[in-house]
Amino acid sequence: MTEIVLHLLIIVAIYAILSISLNLMTGTTGLFNLGLASFYGLGAYSSALLAKAGAPFLAALLGGIIISMLMALLISLPTLQLVGDYLAVVTMGLGEITRSVFKNWVDLTGGFMGLRNIPKASLFGYQLQSRMEYLIFAVVVLILTYFFMERLLGSPFGRVLRAVREDEMAAQAIGKNTFKFKLWSMLIGSGIAGLAGALFAHYIGVISPADFVMWLTFFIFLIIMFGGLGNNLGAIVATILFVLGREGLRFVGLPASISAPLQQILFGLLLIFATIYLPKGLIPERTQRVKPVGD
Amino acid sequence: MDVLLQLIVNGVIAGGNYALAAIGYTMVYGILKFINFAHGSVAMVGAYAAFVLATSALHVPMVPAFFLAVLFTAVLGVLIEKAAYKPLRYAPKLAPLTTAVAVSFVLDAAVMILVGTEIKTYAVPFEVYSIGPVFITSIQVIVIVASLVLMVGLHLLLSRTRLGKAIRAVADDLDLSEVAGINTNFTISAVFAIGSALAAASGILIGLDSNLQPTMGFLITVKAFAAVVLGGLGNVYGAIVGGFIIGLVENLGVWYIPPVWKNSIAFGILILGLLIRPTGLFGSKDNTGGVLQ
Repeated sequence: MTEIVLHLLIIVAIYAILSISLNLMTGTTGLFNLGLASFYGLGAYSSALLAKAGAPFLAALLGGIIISMLMALLISLPTLQLVGDYLAVVTMGLGEITRSVFKNWVDLTGGFMGLRNIPKASLFGYQLQSRMEYLIFAVVVLILTYFFMERLLGSPFGRVLRAVREDEMAAQAIGKNTFKFKLWSMLIGSGIAGLAGALFAHYIGVISPADFVMWLTFFIFLIIMFGGLGNNLGAIVATILFVLGREGLRFVGLPASISAPLQQILFGLLLIFATIYLPKGLIPERTQRVKPVGD
Repeated sequence: MDVLLQLIVNGVIAGGNYALAAIGYTMVYGILKFINFAHGSVAMVGAYAAFVLATSALHVPMVPAFFLAVLFTAVLGVLIEKAAYKPLRYAPKLAPLTTAVAVSFVLDAAVMILVGTEIKTYAVPFEVYSIGPVFITSIQVIVIVASLVLMVGLHLLLSRTRLGKAIRAVADDLDLSEVAGINTNFTISAVFAIGSALAAASGILIGLDSNLQPTMGFLITVKAFAAVVLGGLGNVYGAIVGGFIIGLVENLGVWYIPPVWKNSIAFGILILGLLIRPTGLFGSKDNTGGVLQ
């Protein structure tokens, strides 16, 4: 039982990092990235392959982050100069393409059977053996990511990102090169998604294309919509609620062929409901109060 | 040479289907300026509605099953718009996009539960004709004729009827149309009905040409969107040409690259199109509908 709890907590930590990543791109900057699962998958596969080729754990992790960022660069250059809608469909298509590469480039990725025997994490010569040790490591990474993001969003850079979301033309009018800001948002966000993927790969040990379906992107979307777009604390709380809630649904006792789509319907309706009736989420984004001048 | 001709015929047939799916996509974009991610899933539901009618205890013959399924899907499209998009018409742009993605997941999952995840076929008997070196099945002849008839019908509707005029007016400026006395809510419903009906038709025809899977909607969405971008967002005739281009390139591409990558071709065209000519082949600065900054 404790092993299951530890497993779920590790998944919560990894998904929370993923939520923070999407919250930067979509929640804060307003970029509709439907390819989150493929950046996550690229990080997982790259890091796993590097580690299998003999790279040290931290170097493999870094490799996963960099590959995800390179893909984000490739996708962003043609699409970010256009309005958000294009990015949405292109990233949605990217999700399918990367999965198709994972599936069909058998020599490299192992095809639909996936990659096995991914080396376990080790830090400075110390191997993380138990689940407990990995949980601590994952939570430390989550905390670092969280504070990094809070610093970033509190800075002038973060303010420009929110300005882009609210009114891109106004941001341009005051002289901001919004393309550059959107590009950085995509690069940092995708890098963090890659990091989450790498953490997942080294924890779980076996990855296959089925781990990186669009449903995952959708699940994280639901989390940040509920947690409050642009609010990372809300995203972490919502991650805990939804990962545990999803696990709870598993014990209802329906066969998998019914329960999986049923879960999809339930979460889908929940997302429609949240978008219409709860547009600011459970915990709304903190807004800075500005005192009126001369009051 | 014979192979080339055969691939061209296959490409035209696939292209007709993509064009039908792309029309509904581009019409909704033209009117509401948002990408209806659920469009492919609506097409999938249409295909399954015909399947259920034709194969369940009802045993409806294929032709009435086609029309009933198209009608059902048109009603479904209108209801989806009322429930999931209309409350968000003046919300930030991210909101309707999000609900559209959610709708597509709900539709996919509903079909998985009701019909099952296995690959299905309509099991319609067909004959194979040979015209010179090219083989074509009776189903494929029906597919291409049906898609052309539907496109001509849509053209007549848009250009010759009062409703068509209203649709074009609302696409041009929603608020101004409302001021001018056009019932914009009715017009938007009509667009969803027409778009969903054409999507259902394309789903059924794709199903006739190959097979049915609950996840087929996703590929229809990506390919139809690639066609729409090629033709210029919001441009109905551009979408038709784009659909045929995607179908042709995809089928000719199989000559050079392994078929497992076939579905990636549309995506490649989409990226190239966005890089080289983001307004589409026929897009001008006037009819981009606010697509470009």
